[in-house]
Amino acid sequence: MHPHQSDHDHSPPAGEAPGYYEIMETAVRELLVERGMIDPGEIRRQIEVLDSRTPALGAKVVARMGRSELPGAASGQRARGLRGARHQLLRRHALIVLENTQTVHNLTVCTLCSCYPRPVLGLPPDWYKLKPYRARAVKEPRAVLAEFGTVIPDDSEIRVSDSTALVRYLVLPKRPEGTDAFDEAQLAALVTRDAMIGVVPVSL
Amino acid sequence: MALDIGRAPASVAAPPPEVVAPLGQTPLFSIGDRVRVSVRFPVGHYRVPNYIRGKLGAIEQVIKPRAVNNEEEGYGRNTGSEGFYYRVAIPLTLPRTDYAGSPEDGLRIEIFETWLERA
Repeated sequence: MHPHQSDHDHSPPAGEAPGYYEIMETAVRELLVERGMIDPGEIRRQIEVLDSRTPALGAKVVARMGRSELPGAASGQRARGLRGARHQLLRRHALIVLENTQTVHNLTVCTLCSCYPRPVLGLPPDWYKLKPYRARAVKEPRAVLAEFGTVIPDDSEIRVSDSTALVRYLVLPKRPEGTDAFDEAQLAALVTRDAMIGVVPVSL
Repeated sequence: MALDIGRAPASVAAPPPEVVAPLGQTPLFSIGDRVRVSVRFPVGHYRVPNYIRGKLGAIEQVIKPRAVNNEEEGYGRNTGSEGFYYRVAIPLTLPRTDYAGSPEDGLRIEIFETWLERA
């Protein structure tokens, strides 16, 4: 169990042998339960809380932001592709939505650990937490994107946002052609987790 | 579920101009300021990765409202260290001189005030 209630962890991906911290977490949890300081129901409920946060929530945020003018539009943030908001599902962090355009592609990473907008995307994929992605996203983002099948033209700018402290990010993907008549719910249905991390575009 | 998007807390609204802000409650840096990330190696919990220490960048956004310093919060001290975080733009060619990509490619990272020096 981590000493602070942040939305990053240091646990190994599922499938690997338990590491030092995982074993320690189990030991501390069992001691706390044994001594009646927390009960298993509380742990189960917290897991339920985490499981209820899925990329569908982030997709709603992104779809709405793609369609509406938000605070920030007036102050010129829109021009820089930034839309900032404190979200009620994400109280402890600032949320910045990064808008992909014809000339800018945004990619998000946490090089220090695995900071991720869990309240609106749920748990991060294993590859997001592993060192190869975290190191390479800031060293060779174009090669990383190409491995996801996303080739960014040389004359487009790549912006890698390293989420390490207070801010969590969602990428607002470019709107695919032929979706002009789509309403918010239809747009949200197109937006995937990986598109909101910034590794793939959204397509019809 | 109703999603309430973009509702800013009251503290974000700018006070009228005649109100004098207490010391420490206005950002030290403004958008466009040139900054250097401090080169320090503190013992303990830190939120500034090694690869950007000493690098030059520019303030792209002041993140409001002020927030607790994560490095203090990491030890359970969740009040008393409020300050500004800044979204800093650093060219990706700076941390990695062998960077393979467009020279326009950039890094954006949020850095707490105590880690930034005027450059």
